[in-house]
Amino acid sequence: MDIMLIAELVLNGVFVGLMYALVSLGIVLIYKTSGLVNLAQGALAMTGAYITWVIGAYFGVPIWLSIPAAVVLMFFGGVLIERSALRRMIGQPVIMAIMLTLGIEIALRGLLPGVFGAAVKKLDIGVSPAPLFLGDILINQSIMIGGVVSLALILASLAFFNSRYGIVMRAVADDQTASWSVGIRVEKAIAVAWGLAAVSATGAGILWGATQGVDWSLSLLLIKALAIAILGGLDSIPGVILAGLIVGVAESLATGLIDPVVKASTRDIVASVIILATLLFKPHGLFGHEHIERV
Amino acid sequence: MFYRRAGIRHTRYQEERQLFPLTFDRVLILFVLAILLSAPFWIDRLYLVGYMVPWLIWSGAALGLNLLMGGAGQIHLGYGAVIGIGAYTSVHLVRFGVPLEIAMISGGLMSAAIGSIFGAAALRVKGIYLAMATLAMQYIVDFFTQTKIISGGTLATLQVPPVSFLGISLKSDLATYYFVFGVTFLIALYMLNIRRTSFGRALAAVREKDYAAQILGVSTYRYKLLAFWVSSFIGGVIGSVLAVAYLRAISPDQFHLELSVQLLAMVIVGGLGSVLGPFLGAALILFAPIVLNNTLGWAASAVGTEIPIDLRAHLPLLAYGLLIVVFLLYEPLGLAKIYDNFRKYLLVWPFRHAQK
Repeated sequence: MDIMLIAELVLNGVFVGLMYALVSLGIVLIYKTSGLVNLAQGALAMTGAYITWVIGAYFGVPIWLSIPAAVVLMFFGGVLIERSALRRMIGQPVIMAIMLTLGIEIALRGLLPGVFGAAVKKLDIGVSPAPLFLGDILINQSIMIGGVVSLALILASLAFFNSRYGIVMRAVADDQTASWSVGIRVEKAIAVAWGLAAVSATGAGILWGATQGVDWSLSLLLIKALAIAILGGLDSIPGVILAGLIVGVAESLATGLIDPVVKASTRDIVASVIILATLLFKPHGLFGHEHIERV
Repeated sequence: MFYRRAGIRHTRYQEERQLFPLTFDRVLILFVLAILLSAPFWIDRLYLVGYMVPWLIWSGAALGLNLLMGGAGQIHLGYGAVIGIGAYTSVHLVRFGVPLEIAMISGGLMSAAIGSIFGAAALRVKGIYLAMATLAMQYIVDFFTQTKIISGGTLATLQVPPVSFLGISLKSDLATYYFVFGVTFLIALYMLNIRRTSFGRALAAVREKDYAAQILGVSTYRYKLLAFWVSSFIGGVIGSVLAVAYLRAISPDQFHLELSVQLLAMVIVGGLGSVLGPFLGAALILFAPIVLNNTLGWAASAVGTEIPIDLRAHLPLLAYGLLIVVFLLYEPLGLAKIYDNFRKYLLVWPFRHAQK
C-alpha cells in the first residue's frame, strides 16, 4: 500500500475530523448542562451558514462583518429555542425533549431552504481553492484552515470552562439542585449553553459552507457530530477532540481504501458503525462518566 | 345527552372486561367500520387509491411504531429501515414465485430478526443512547439496501409482479383496498387487545419505570426485546403490504430517514400509546402538507403572486417539524387526547366536576 496516499488521507482526515468536532462541541455543551442530546445541532449549523450567506447576499455586508453578525444572531437564536421550547419540557420524560429537538431539526430543515432557496450557495471566506502541497502530500486548503480554526475554538471553550461563568456552568453540570441552593441561576446557565451550542454550530456551518457550499446537506453533519459526541463520552470536551480525530481519520481511510474494493460509498456509514460499536463495547464513551441511577 | 353514563353498574365480569363498555362507543365503532367498508362504493376510485389506501397503510405502520414508543416507552428513529427490510424481503420472495401470504410473514420475520439484533445491541443503553443506536441502524440498513445484490443500486427500482392474496388477485382497486383494510384492521384489533394481556401490562410497567418493573419480577430486557420484535414484525408486514398494494415498484430512497421521521411525527401528533392516535396522526401528517400546499397556491393566485417552488417543496418538512414541536409543547398526548378530553366532557355533561 502506498504510504504517501495513507499519509495524505490521514492528514486530511485529521482536519475534517476537527471540523466535525466543532459541531459536536455544541451537543456536549448542552448534554453537560441539561442532560439532553440536541438532535437539532446539524440544522443549527445549516441555519448559521444560511444566515451568514443571507446577511452577505441580501444586505451586501462584507464577509468579515457578516460572520460576527451571524454568530451574535445565532447565540440569541439558541437562547430563544431554550427559553421558548426546551424550558417547558423540564420535568417531562427525556425522550419527549429529544423528540422536541428532532422536531426543531425537521422544521429548520424545511424552513431555511424553503425560504432562501434550495440551490447550493457559495460562501466565500477568502480561502483560495488551490490545494496545498506538502512534499507529495496534497491538502485541501479550506479544510486545513477549517480544522485549525475548529481546534482553536474548541480549546477556547476549554478555557471558557475555567473562567468565572465557566465554573458556574460546571457546577450546573455537576448537580443542578446543589447549584440552585447556592444561588446559581440554573435556567440561565442552560440558556447560555444553548447559545454557545448555536455559536459553535454556526462556526462549523460557516467553515463547512465555505468548503462544500451552503445547502440543506449541512444538516447531515448531525450524524457525524453524534458519533463523535458518543465516542468521546457525551460530557467531555477533550473527548470531542480525540473522538473527532478518530472519526475523521476513519472516514477518510474508509473512503480512500475501502471504497475502491467494495465499489460503494462507505463514507456515510462510518459514523453509524462507530456509534453502534461504541454503544456495544463502551456505552459511556472514551472519557464519559458513567451515570449511576438510584432506584 | 345520549352519551352520558351515571355510576358504574357492572353486574357481570365480562362487562367490565369488554373493549368498549359504552353502547355509544360500540355504535360509533360499527358506524366507522361501515363507512370504511362501504368506502369503495361511494368514494371516487382516484381518492380511494390515492388517499384511503396510503392512509390505512401508514396508520398500520404508525400503530406498529406506537407499540414500541407509546407501549414500551422505547424511542425508535429507524422504523423506515424496518419497513424497508420487510418490503425488500417480501418483494424478492414474490419475484421468486413464493405466494404472497408466505412472503408477507417472511418479510415480517426478517424485519423482526434484524430489528431485534439492533434492539438487543441498543437495549444495553437507554433513552438518548437508544435514539442514537436506532438512528445508526437507519443509516446502516440504508447502506445495505443500496447495494447491488438487494436493490440493484441507489437509483434502481424493483417491480412487484402481479400477486394474489388468498386466491384473490390484487390487481383491482377494490381488492387492494380490502386487503389493506384487512391487514390494518387486524393490527388495530391486536393493539386494542394487547393492553389487557400480561404482555401489555408488562410493557406498561417497563414504560413507567424499568427498575420498578424489574423489582416486581418483570424481566425488563426480555420485554423490551419482545416489544422490539413484535413492533418490527408489524413493520415488516406493513412494508410488504406497502410494496405490493401501494408502491408496486420499490426503490431504496422510499425507506430513508424521511419515512422514519414521517412515522415518528404521526405517532407523536396522533398520540403516544393510543390506538385511535395513529389513525388521526396519519391522516393529519399525510394530508396536511397537501391541503396546506393547495391552500397556499390558491391564496397566492388569488392575491396574484407566485409561491416559490422551493418553498412548496419544503412545506411538508416544515409542517411535520412544526406539528411535532407544537404538539409536544401543548398537547404531548396528541390528537387522541384531544378527542378523549372532548369525550370525557360529554360523558359527565352537565356535571363537569363529576368523576368518570
